[in-house]
Amino acid sequence: MTIKYTPDHEWISTEGDIATVGITHHAQDALGDVVFVDLPEVGKTYAAKETAAVVESVKAAADVYMPLDGEVLEVNEALRDDPALANSDPLGAGWFFKVKMSNPAELDAMMDETSYTQFAAEAH
Amino acid sequence: MSASPDTLLTVPLNDLHLTLGARMVPFAGYSMPVQYPAGLMAEHKHTRSAAGLFDVSHMGQLRLVGPDAAAALETLLPVDVIDLPVGKQRYGLLLNDDGGILDDLMFVNRGADIFIIVNGACKVADMAHIQAHIGSRCEVIPMPERALLALQGPQAVSVLSRLAPGVEKLVFMTGGAFTVQTGDHAVEVYLTRSGYTGEDGFEISVHADDVTALAKALLAQPEVQPIGLGARNSLRLEAGLPLYGNDIDTRTTPVEAGLTWALQKVRRAGGARAGGFPGATKILAQIEGKTWATGQKRVGLMALERVPVREHTELQDASGHRLGEVSSGLLGPTIDRPIAMAYVPPEFATLGTRINAMVRGKAVPMEVVAMPFVPTNYFRG
Repeated sequence: MTIKYTPDHEWISTEGDIATVGITHHAQDALGDVVFVDLPEVGKTYAAKETAAVVESVKAAADVYMPLDGEVLEVNEALRDDPALANSDPLGAGWFFKVKMSNPAELDAMMDETSYTQFAAEAH
Repeated sequence: MSASPDTLLTVPLNDLHLTLGARMVPFAGYSMPVQYPAGLMAEHKHTRSAAGLFDVSHMGQLRLVGPDAAAALETLLPVDVIDLPVGKQRYGLLLNDDGGILDDLMFVNRGADIFIIVNGACKVADMAHIQAHIGSRCEVIPMPERALLALQGPQAVSVLSRLAPGVEKLVFMTGGAFTVQTGDHAVEVYLTRSGYTGEDGFEISVHADDVTALAKALLAQPEVQPIGLGARNSLRLEAGLPLYGNDIDTRTTPVEAGLTWALQKVRRAGGARAGGFPGATKILAQIEGKTWATGQKRVGLMALERVPVREHTELQDASGHRLGEVSSGLLGPTIDRPIAMAYVPPEFATLGTRINAMVRGKAVPMEVVAMPFVPTNYFRG
């Protein structure tokens, strides 16, 4: 299992051709208390960079982009009921959706944890 | 108003904000704390249940001095200034010749002067406007040496009366000069029992040299936490209070903005000093119901689904016709429902009317509801 990161502050954890997507600790910290998520439709196919989900705090709303081409297999219903999971456990119970990747090679261009940590620090 | 980071002004409490771990953002030309480590939600709820300390030193403070000051100010505002008793505070609106709102403000008759607090983003223009129009009738004295704190919440009075005995005798919208014991020394302040959260509380004008000692003394009280501008916004929205620049501006009159209550009878048609303020003809006609010049009215909206509806969201009727847009909106932390203020045609302003907010292409049903969204908790004695 590997974890990759996008410049839009999403993380992608993969097992085989299944990718689990969520927002990073940095992203949830910048947003503040998450009060609402809008999750993608299961079974829908997205191209990379399309808006797949929305995450909102009291003060701001942000799009969550589909990090790579694929079909949505599952969404985190628990997150819909308790959006604060995105703050309390962004890399675990606060995951957003799972995607069947069309082209896993897209992962190669993404940041690893070291690169992302540096990227997020500079983004401040 | 925005400014690039290198031109941002800092408030006298800047170092304290940084020490407290605040996240600083540009606001009204100043670097201001938007939230502290507790976060907006916790800060909002703390203010509703205990006491929150806000630094609002970006706001403008000024005073008018001279025997003609009250009469002069009445030429700029549609409210009763002349008859305001000493020690009383009142809400006012600076208007342009079309009856549009240049700014909203609070003023107090302090006997020796009229003390005015205006919005930070408008203060330079306001002072120029006031100076240009009435500077020959009274002294217009800016007070850049003063900082402004707000202590808000149900426990604000027990906290402040501990350090400044006597403040508990003030009622909502009154003020007085007090001495606050901060430990090392006594600090002289002028404070009013008012605020921008819907809660009981105080706004405290203090010399910049003393504000750090005052803020530290207040934060040392067990009930008090620092609160950022993020929670200030969610608190005022739940309280139904308009924000200048979002919910009122030069395109809205006091009547359209639902602020007719701010115009005392003496300034309305038939009153002893009817009219005599900018835009009076239009505004008085709107009050009489003769015209709705722009066909809009500010309303409170509550979503029937748990989807936040933000500013600039388009509103439509059931047939998909555009009605207007949201001027402020968020998920109210206390009420735990999406709430908003918006301008709609008067025929859609009746309580209970259903309106659709178009959020990401989907209609979120909303209902016109009375404001405040959360009951206010002012101390009226």
